[in-house]
Amino acid sequence: MSEIVLETRNLVRDYVIGGGLFRPSRVIHAVKGVSLKLEKGKTLAIVGESGCGKSTLARMITMIDAPTAGELLIDGEQIDIARKTLTPEQRRKVQIVFQNPYGSLNPRQKIGDVLMEPLIINSDLPAAERRDRAFSMLLKVGLRPEHFNRYPHMFSGGQRQRIAIARALMLNPRLLVLDEPVSALDLSVQAQVLNLLADLQDEFGLTYVFISHDLSVVRYIADEVMVMYFGEAVEYGTREEVFSNPQHEYTRTLFAATPRADVESIRRRLARKAA
Amino acid sequence: MATTNTKETSAVSLEDGAAIAVTRRERLAEFWYYFSQNRGAVIGLAVFVVIVAIAVLAPLIAPHSPSLQNRDALLLPPVWQEGGRWSFVLGTDAVGRDILSRLIYGARFSLFIGLVVVSLAVSVGIVIGLVAGYFRGAIDTVVMRMMDIILAFPSLLLALVLVAILGPGLVNAMIAIALVQQPHYVRLTRAAVMAEKGRDYVTAARVAGAGNIRLMFKTILPNCTAPLIVQAALSFSAAILDAAALGFLGMGAQPPTPEWGTMLAEAREFILRAWWVVTFPGLAILITVLAINLMGDGLRDALDPKLKRS
Amino acid sequence: MALLEIENLTVEFETAAGTLRAVDGISLCVEEGEVLAIVGESGSGKSVSMLAVMGLLPWTATVKADRMAFQGRDMLNLEPAERRKIIGKDISMIFQEPIASLNPCFTVGFQIQETLRQHTDLDRAARRRRAIELLEAVGIPDPQERLGSFPHQMSGGQCQRVMIAIALACDPKLLIADEPTTALDVTIQKQILDLLMDLQARTGMGMILITHDMGVVAETADRVVVQYKGRKMEEADVLSLFERPQHPYTKALLAALPENAVGDRLPTVADFSLDDTPYTGARP
Repeated sequence: MSEIVLETRNLVRDYVIGGGLFRPSRVIHAVKGVSLKLEKGKTLAIVGESGCGKSTLARMITMIDAPTAGELLIDGEQIDIARKTLTPEQRRKVQIVFQNPYGSLNPRQKIGDVLMEPLIINSDLPAAERRDRAFSMLLKVGLRPEHFNRYPHMFSGGQRQRIAIARALMLNPRLLVLDEPVSALDLSVQAQVLNLLADLQDEFGLTYVFISHDLSVVRYIADEVMVMYFGEAVEYGTREEVFSNPQHEYTRTLFAATPRADVESIRRRLARKAA
Repeated sequence: MATTNTKETSAVSLEDGAAIAVTRRERLAEFWYYFSQNRGAVIGLAVFVVIVAIAVLAPLIAPHSPSLQNRDALLLPPVWQEGGRWSFVLGTDAVGRDILSRLIYGARFSLFIGLVVVSLAVSVGIVIGLVAGYFRGAIDTVVMRMMDIILAFPSLLLALVLVAILGPGLVNAMIAIALVQQPHYVRLTRAAVMAEKGRDYVTAARVAGAGNIRLMFKTILPNCTAPLIVQAALSFSAAILDAAALGFLGMGAQPPTPEWGTMLAEAREFILRAWWVVTFPGLAILITVLAINLMGDGLRDALDPKLKRS
Repeated sequence: MALLEIENLTVEFETAAGTLRAVDGISLCVEEGEVLAIVGESGSGKSVSMLAVMGLLPWTATVKADRMAFQGRDMLNLEPAERRKIIGKDISMIFQEPIASLNPCFTVGFQIQETLRQHTDLDRAARRRRAIELLEAVGIPDPQERLGSFPHQMSGGQCQRVMIAIALACDPKLLIADEPTTALDVTIQKQILDLLMDLQARTGMGMILITHDMGVVAETADRVVVQYKGRKMEEADVLSLFERPQHPYTKALLAALPENAVGDRLPTVADFSLDDTPYTGARP
């Protein structure tokens, strides 16, 4: 049996809203007890609509926010950032790529500095070594050497997303959380980035948590699928199970709502319209 | 939109990496290139350099001592007016001191006051604003209420009270003015920090392991500078004028000191009889402030990577 | 006679880096009762050409065309006042960001009635009745109550419904929908698209749907124009476009859809040997 990289047990996250002078505060349950297990080298896709708690879950897995209750295990090691500060070794293991490629890069940092920053913080490599590593990573994600000294605004969305992926990989993570990494990109660029992600997964043996609202992308990239609805995991299984035999009502609604771009459904629609 | 193909670019050798490191000199050259694109900024810089040079070389340039009173030449008009004399090019004041010499020496004090006050206010304001905006919560509430209290007082009154406590004198006056000005920077910094803090690149730096100090000063602060530079350039003049007001009330630079603001304040009663006594110090302040504002604009643009082309 | 005819439309922007040609010789026409989809990726000029028709481009833009006519009336040399009579009444538009498209300071009812006041001579009571009718038509529950709501009190999907109600207020002959569902969730997208199609079929208006999503095209359009970098690549009816795409770019777009993936790599546009000029510098 292969190793489990990520495991969560009953992860809960509540937000307390308001609580002004004259108003009682309300508690929002963003994530209500999610449990999952993910093996090395696999891709888990988390699907759901805005506000379903998938991004909150991603932030907990990435150890940005502490869970209100429940356990998070990375590589079998229990993580609790509310009580114990992370060691650099633990920090390094999980990295994240955000949805919006325009907001995720510091506009005042050159690409080279973006890539070297994680090394400066987490390692004591000499400057030359840092630069070599950043440089080879830049080439690995399909950018050119002359991009090293440019600022983020000089790049297109797809290129920025490549840079964000490169930055996430600088620390050799075990697990990469991809929070809607392609939903802000054009179709053709989306294909390039998805290919890149697949290549990198093979090369580095990466484990992905892929958050998305786009079922066609999920169907393409995922090994396992979790469907979230109002903070709960209403469906969780392998890709085949979920797509061929959805159990929950909401999953079926979601599938039905996804636009179909095949000739058969166009024919059917046109026939309906003609009638 | 075009992105490169992985296969062909990985063929490029790593050796190019060596050439990629940028020296400090190149950075400076790049900065100057973008700064010099803005013609106003270059003019501002030139004027400012001239003023600084005048201030430094004051003893060599000034035709008279700034505090020498010429009893035979009281309120003499400038040279181009009837009754003007070549030895007092810009005329003399009510006690017969040469205005040109006083302006030249005054540049020393006024620039000094402006620079010290602004840098004091900026540095303290930025740190407090960063802390308040970054940590929020109770710290934020306490700090911001304190700033509101400072802002609620008329600034001159507050400065007066402070000088009264610290004791009169130029240095104490500068500290007082800096303290009165600094809430503006706190508010500006805090607002900018709060806007930037939620951005993804900050979270990304945190995930990369950056601590609070690094996040505050290296990641967030550089993205908050644009409004601060503008505010700093503008408050330079306010500093000079406030220092003058304190001097006028006997709490700042003491009378014989040739300081622009003090000169302006002293000359108020002659505004109808002898326009030159008031006009020239005013012009000096105006030109300096304008030069600094122009420079500030250029600085802001040159430091903004978004305006750069590859 | 076609509802909207455009021949050889070119739009150029003056930028600091020189002239940028956003739309390059586009010709298209929309018939009455037809749904035309304009597909393209960002930078393909699909929105700009429609904004040019609406006269909503900033002053930096130069619009040139051999012909631009709405119901046979020339739109190019129209006085601004004349143009305003057509825009918003006979041609109306809905945008991508429903919440940002509504003015947050005014109630939904006010904003609908405002449009009615501009373009019709209904009195106050009649305008109110019509507003309620419209909200009902776009499927908002309790329309009477909802007239007094502010945009921030509604969800994104509901705001888009209100936008549609405003667009439909004066029974337009042509509705231009610019990425109407891109900011919405899939289930909401489905509802909004169904609503738009239903309204279109009922009123018989012409519709131009601007989108980047092939799925949306497949679910809505009668005819499709594929645009790339300001040029028209292909025009076909929806079935033949999906069945037998002619242009390499269209083929590439369809192949890049993850649901059409064969094997474990997605083909990219570059694989279809299209001249793809490298990205240079910042966009305007």
